[in-house]
Parts: sequence; structure tokens; C-alpha cells
Amino acid sequence: MTSLTDLTLAHARDLLLAKDISATELTEAHVEAVEKARALNAFVAETPDKALAMAKAADGRLANGTAGPLEGIPLGIKDLYATEGVHTQAASHILDGFKPRYESTVTSQLWRDGAVMLGKLNMDEFAMGSSNETSFYGPVASPWLPPEWTREKGRSALAGDKQGLLVPGGSSGGSASAVAARLCLGATASDTGGSIRQPAAFTGTVGIKPTYGRCSRWGMVAFASSLDQAGPIARSVRDCAILMRSMAGYDPKDTTSVDVAVPDYEAAIGASVRGKRIGIPKEYRIDGMPAEIEELWTKGIAWLRDAGAEIVEISLPHTRYALPAYYIVAPAEASSNLARYDGVRYGLRVPGKDIASMYENTRAAGFGKEVRRRVMIGTYVLSAGYYDAYYVRAQQIRTLIKRDFETVFADGIDAILTPATPSAAFGIGEKTSADPIEMYLNDVFTVTVNMAGLPGIAVPGGLSPKGLPLALQLIGKPFEEETLFSLGEVIEQAAGRIKLPEPWWA
Amino acid sequence: MNAPAAAQTRQSKLIKGATGDWEIVVGMEIHAQVNSEAKLFSGASTQFGASENEHVSLVDAAMPGMLPVINEECVKQAVRSGLGLKARINRRSVFDRKNYFYPDLPQGYQISQYKSPIVGEGEVLVDVSPTEQVRIGIERLHLEQDAGKSVHDQSPNMSLVDLNRAGVALMEIVSKPDIRSADEARAYVSKVRTILRYLGTCDGDMEKGNLRADVNVSVRRPGEPLGTRCEIKNVNSIRFIGQAVDAEARRQIAIIEDGGKIDQETRLFDPARGETRSMRSKEEAHDYRYFPDPDLLPLEFDQAFVDALAAGLPELPDAKVARFMSAYGLQAYDANVLASERESADYFEAVARGRDAKAAANWVINELFGRLNKEGIDITASPVSAEQLGAILDLIDASTISGKIAKDLFEIVWKDGGDPHAIVEARGMKQVTDTGAIEAVIDAIVAANPDKVAQAQAKPTMLGWFVGQAMKQSGGKANPQTVNEILKRKLGL
Repeated sequence: MTSLTDLTLAHARDLLLAKDISATELTEAHVEAVEKARALNAFVAETPDKALAMAKAADGRLANGTAGPLEGIPLGIKDLYATEGVHTQAASHILDGFKPRYESTVTSQLWRDGAVMLGKLNMDEFAMGSSNETSFYGPVASPWLPPEWTREKGRSALAGDKQGLLVPGGSSGGSASAVAARLCLGATASDTGGSIRQPAAFTGTVGIKPTYGRCSRWGMVAFASSLDQAGPIARSVRDCAILMRSMAGYDPKDTTSVDVAVPDYEAAIGASVRGKRIGIPKEYRIDGMPAEIEELWTKGIAWLRDAGAEIVEISLPHTRYALPAYYIVAPAEASSNLARYDGVRYGLRVPGKDIASMYENTRAAGFGKEVRRRVMIGTYVLSAGYYDAYYVRAQQIRTLIKRDFETVFADGIDAILTPATPSAAFGIGEKTSADPIEMYLNDVFTVTVNMAGLPGIAVPGGLSPKGLPLALQLIGKPFEEETLFSLGEVIEQAAGRIKLPEPWWA
Repeated sequence: MNAPAAAQTRQSKLIKGATGDWEIVVGMEIHAQVNSEAKLFSGASTQFGASENEHVSLVDAAMPGMLPVINEECVKQAVRSGLGLKARINRRSVFDRKNYFYPDLPQGYQISQYKSPIVGEGEVLVDVSPTEQVRIGIERLHLEQDAGKSVHDQSPNMSLVDLNRAGVALMEIVSKPDIRSADEARAYVSKVRTILRYLGTCDGDMEKGNLRADVNVSVRRPGEPLGTRCEIKNVNSIRFIGQAVDAEARRQIAIIEDGGKIDQETRLFDPARGETRSMRSKEEAHDYRYFPDPDLLPLEFDQAFVDALAAGLPELPDAKVARFMSAYGLQAYDANVLASERESADYFEAVARGRDAKAAANWVINELFGRLNKEGIDITASPVSAEQLGAILDLIDASTISGKIAKDLFEIVWKDGGDPHAIVEARGMKQVTDTGAIEAVIDAIVAANPDKVAQAQAKPTMLGWFVGQAMKQSGGKANPQTVNEILKRKLGL
């Protein structure tokens, strides 16, 4: 038998229900894995006592036949989900010591269904970043060793400043790293411009950003309200489908959540994709795209065609404006959403001679460089005299992007296939000193989906010639996540399950 | 801002400066707290008088990840108010964020409505005096959150914050610059307050700050374009609003007549000194970076929603005044006085029902209101009920008591309560109409005053002296008409 931590979520669930394993032993195995993997820096807070107590309760329900759909499943929770009495800081210094008295809707639904919390996962500060290097708690390392690195070289870099190790992507870098390193069976993540799909792609895991409004945002630390959406990262398409069913649902406390029934997503796994019309958008064939990404895309097209899908060349003409428009809309909302972190009521306070200097001192010390940059960009684009030129135009572009998708869906396209990222994972420190635009370009294939509010899934498509994971993205119609699960599983099967790295870090 | 209405000059309102006539132009933003159990976007209570930070939800305190959810009752109240202001109701409106930092503003922004308010243009008819009515345009009404309160006098080295008010719903009612004098400004606020109180959408309690106004004042030569305006923030009594307009207009005229110019700025009114002073200049003005709140969808409702609210509205002051004039034959001024509060109008109608309405109006306005005002008592706490006052009027009408005795009776009821009929019986206050008894009194007076008799016969207006004496000696109970008749006969007039 494989180790308990190597199980997929679905397999673990079946073993638990069959009473072949107990929630307690499953949790103990994961608690141990988390402890041994501290050097990866995937967790910012571990809650082993809580995990074991929850596992014990789960075992009770498994024994008396009242088990929920996630009974006894150990999960990691991204640090931006409010968890009652537990570290909740969105990996920011400014929320120092903050432990909410409330539980986010998404996590409370997970606990309702029997899941077990292992702790809080590292992330880019306030979800702003694509490499998990902006965290106040330091960067997260990917469990994937850089090409040609030995275990020893990796361990020594982990013990040091981690430079040169691979980034797990971001902002849900802790989630992706922990899932890939088998520290948890699945993790919550969140996606504002690609923060679920890009780290999933970098780590050989699966991540889905559902339709905007599918999950409640209540209790999630806000980055950009009109783009933020909760979603899972896990080791298979099926595992994501199982988690989605618990995470999704209408919440009267979030007026942007939508009252649409939550289907049994897992039932979509294995459904035939014959006759599905798959759009291939020519605008995603960007200049300077590495050959390995081009080849991956071609393979993905072939796999879906082989499964009976119809491949259709499509055009999404406003794609190239999406990234610049995103970097206006998201910082604009962020500049306002982050105004509440002012040192008055909770978190960090750095005194000053008067209220204005207390604000300045607190926010200067409490926010990292990238957050400060985006707050400044957002403040600028909303300022009198610039609002029309930036914010209003960006919103107009957003409408055009949305319309591009509506047009192709109206023409009978069921889903769209693109690469998930323009490259494989890069090294820690490799892009931090450079022009921030280089980092922002990571999101070029994913932001359009957030701008249009659509669901998108990243599924591993194989390894690059250098042995690093690469992923394909499928984009679906609003509230048709099931189609993405069906198609995603076809790719997963065709590509063959990626072999995740052995624990060289432990 | 050059709306046609703003160009109107009312000659009678011009004021004299050292160099000629000036016209005052005033526009007002009234902040009226919505009557509702819960706050605009949270379930926390709006109750006044709770201890500090007792009514603060996670949303009000802007905890991370908290989201606003619109309170439907506040939306209804805003629509009712819009209907009462004869304004256009916008079935689609948008909430925006107004961004600024302040310790009593936990979110770092106020949720308000900037470009698309829930209520558009309307108008209010304002009675400035018994003979003058003006029409003041309403620009818009929008919903927004109130801020909390900073407390500076509880600690020597700290300011404290009370968030009970944070997030309470306000209606900001913006007038057009149609107001031309301090009197009009006062009358306008008073009328808007009356309308809101009738509707039950705001209690209008200015002492608690539940209704306050920002007053925009500018001056110009008649016929010229609008001058530069100054905004006087947060004036919290109708009297102060009038004083602030006058003081600010005088200040601006003096500056311009001295060859200076007005700087656009925000000012505060100091009631103790009767003057306004600078708070911040245009250069220091905030850039609020308004943008649509991405946590809230646009606010949309259908016409049926509006129609249902319209159907449930009470009779409004203007309609009531018109009805009081046509149904009861009252003068406009009296009708307005009675209709100024829903409760006083109801009181009047209870008294007038089945009785002489004009007499009822006189008694309610002169005796009752006069007394209530003097003692600072609200009509709802009047010691004399409508039933009691009605009974007094019935006694007069039946000639059981005279008007003068009725005032004494009113006084007794005010102080001791009781049934007026029983009091009249018990205290022997009935009018004496027994001619024999009256004749005896008169005979005695005539006999004792032969000189006055001669004078009266020469000059009949002297009769009044005899009437007075007769009434005095009868303890006021003699029927004055009977006294008159007998006297005329006795004196051969």
C-alpha cells in the first residue's frame, strides 16, 4: 500500500468510508508530513491539535453512519480565509495577531461536510503576486527541484535563502506546494487573475476557479471584489470536483453570490465529451511563446479530438487588452479594499505624532512593496482627472472581453482550450528584481477569465523537456463547471498522471 | 449650475449692501437619518442612546472579509421619501465608494450613491410667510452610510471612537440653488422635515443629529451669474441655518464690496459668535476617488414595488392643507399651522369633527398651541385631550358657558384634568341667563351711578362700562347678550 499521504482525496474518502483507514491515522500522517516539510514554508500556521480533534470527531461520524461528503479529509486553508480563532492574515504583516471571531462561509461549509483543518497556507501578501514571493512570511518553495539539481543542493537552498529553488506560483503558492508535496489531500485557494490556475500549473496539480458568484466571498480577505473567487487545488480533477461541491453555494451574506443549485460535480467525471465543440482562440498564440507550450497546446487539441470533441478555431479579439485592463481594475478595487487596514481597530499599529502619521507609519511598515505598489496604482487610476482615462476605459474593455466570450459561446462553443501559463515555473528571485510587468505577464492566459467572470480549470498536460510540469486551461460557460470537469478528466487521462517529486525536502 | 430656476430673482429678497443690491443664493444638502430598525448594510441596531460600541456588527467594524448586504426597509424609506418630494424614482441606482481615511470610518470609505441616485428631481412647496409660497427644486436624494463618532474628551492623550452610528442609513436630500433668503432656507428645511415626519421616514430630531444640513451660500448682483459658493457644514438647528445664511451672506458681500473675491471653501457656523469660519479650502479638499462598490450589485426594483409604496403613503402636508381649506373653510395660514405636524393635524380634526371647524381651529392654534409652546410640551403629550377640548367647545356652543369662562375651564382641565361638563356643573360655572337675576344686578348698578347713566345716554359707546360692571358683579357668568339687551332697555338706548 502507498503511504497515506500519497492517496488522492477520492481514494482516501473511499478507504475512510470502507473503514479501511481512520480519519485519525490519515490526519496523523499529514500532520507529520507538514512538520517534516516546514522548510518548504507552505504553512504559515499549523493547527495539529485542532486537526486531531476534528479527525476524532470525524471518526465518530464515520462510525455512526453520519459521515459528510468530506468526512475525515485533511485540508490546508489559504491564509486569506477567515478561520475562527486561528491565524488569518493574508500573509501580511499589517494583520499581525489577527484571529477572527468568525469563520468564512467556504471553510464553514468544508467543516460542515466533515473536513479536517491542518493549518493555514502561505500565499502572496493579500493575494498580490504570481510566485508567492511577496508573503510577509517569506517565499514558498515548490516541491519540484530545479532541472538538474540534486536533492542535496535543494536541501541546502531550503536551509538558506531559497534562491534558485522553483517558485510554486502564486498567489496560492502555499496551497499548490502543500498539495504537490502531499502535505494535505486538497487545499482552498483563491483566484483574482490566475492565482489558482497558475500555481496549479507550476506544481503539476489541478486547480479550478469557478464562475464568479459560485462561491461566497464572505469571510475571504478581499483583494479585488469583482474578480476574487474561491476554488480548490487538489491532485486530480475528481478531487477538485469533490471539493467544489462543498465549497460552492449561494450565500445571502454575499450579494454577488448567485442562487444556482450546486450539482454533484463528481458525477460529471467520465461523462462523454463526444460532440463537444472546443474553441481554440488564435489570440492566445502570443509572440515569444516557448515551443514547449506550443507543443503542449497541440497535444491537448489532439487528446480532445481523439475523445470525440470537435475542434474549432475561434477569435477573442480583445484578449490583448485584458492584462493592462486587469492591472487597472484589480489595483483600483484593492486600493479601496485595503483602506480598512489603518491600525485603528486590529492588526499592526505603528504609533505616530498624530492620526495621519500613525496611518502612514502603520501602512508603510505593514504592507510589503508589491502591495504598496498596487495601492498606489489603484489610487492613481481612481483619482480625479484620471478616472475616465483609466478606470472607465478598463471597465469598457472588460465589457468587450466579456462580449468576446459571449459571442463564441452563442456560436455553439462549449469550452475553450488554452495553455494555462506562458512558461513553466521559474526560480525564486529570478523575477523579483526585474520590471514588475514581467511577473504580471504570468497571468496573460488567465486574467481574461476573471475579467469575464467565467470558470476556468488548469489541468497538468505533461512535463517540459526539462522535466517541469506544464498545464492546459479549459474555460467554460457561466455555471458550467461540470463541462470543465468532464473535459479536464479527459486531458488528465490522456496526459497520464504526473509523477510528483519524492520528498527530498523531508 | 445655471439651471433656469437658479436665474430667478425675487426682488423682495434682495438685500442692500454699501454699493447696491445683492441677491443671496442658497442650495442645501439635508442629511436625514432613515427611520429603520437596522443599519443600511448590516443587521446592527440603530437605537439611540446605547452605550459606546454596543451596536456594532462585524460589517460596521470593517473586519476583514465582511460584506455589505442592503437593508430593504431603507430602500423603501428612500422611495417613500422620494414620492413625498414629488420626485422621479430611479428603478436602477448604483452604490459607490467615497474613499477617505478617518478613524470613525472603519472601511476607509463611505458607501454612498454618486452618479446614479435612487431618487432624481422633485420639488417642495414652501410657505415662507402667511402670504408667500415659493417652489424649491430637489436635485436628488440618495442613500449613504453615516460615520461613527470620534470622542476627544474621555482621555488626556487619546481619541476614542464610538461606532454605534457607523453604517446607519442616511438620506442626503440635495436642493437646487433655488433658495433666496435666510427665511426661505429655514422654511425649506422645516417643510422637508415635516414631509419626512409625515412619511415616517425620518424622525427629524435635530437635537440628536438625526436631521442636519450642509448649507451652500453665494451672493451675486441681481441678474448676474452665480457667485462662488461656500459650504457651511453640519448646521443642526433650523434657527442656526437662518443665522448661518445671513452671517455668511454678509461676510461675502463685505469681501466683494471691499474689492476682494470669495474663495470656494468649507466653513463652520459658530452659533455663539454668530459667524462662519474656515474649515478647509478647495485646495485641501479631498479627492474621494468615487467608484462603483464592487461588493454590491446595482439596486434595481420594478414599478410594482414603487406603486405598492405609493399606495401606502399617508396624506401629505400639501394635500392636507388643501383639504383643511376646502373642507373646513380655514385660511391658508391656519391650515398650514395645523398641518405642520401630522399629530397636530390629527388633533385638530378630532376636535373639529361635528363642530364649528373655525372655532376649533382658533382654539387649537391660539389656546392649545400657545400654551404647549409656552411650556415646551409636544402635542402628543398635551394635558388637554382632543375630547376634552371638544367638550369645552360644545359647552360654548350650547351657551352653557361664555368664551371667557371657557378659558378658565381650559385652564382647569389643563391643570387638573377631568370632564369639562362635570367641572362646569360642580363649580357652578354655568352662564346666568335668568333675566330676573341679571336685571337685579343691573338695577343696582344703574341706581348707584346716575352720572354714568347720563354719560351713556349722551354717548352710547359708554354702554361698554355698564356691561363690564354687570359681568364683573355676576362673576362672569351672566350671558353677555342678555346683559346688553337689558341694559339698552333700562337706559332707553
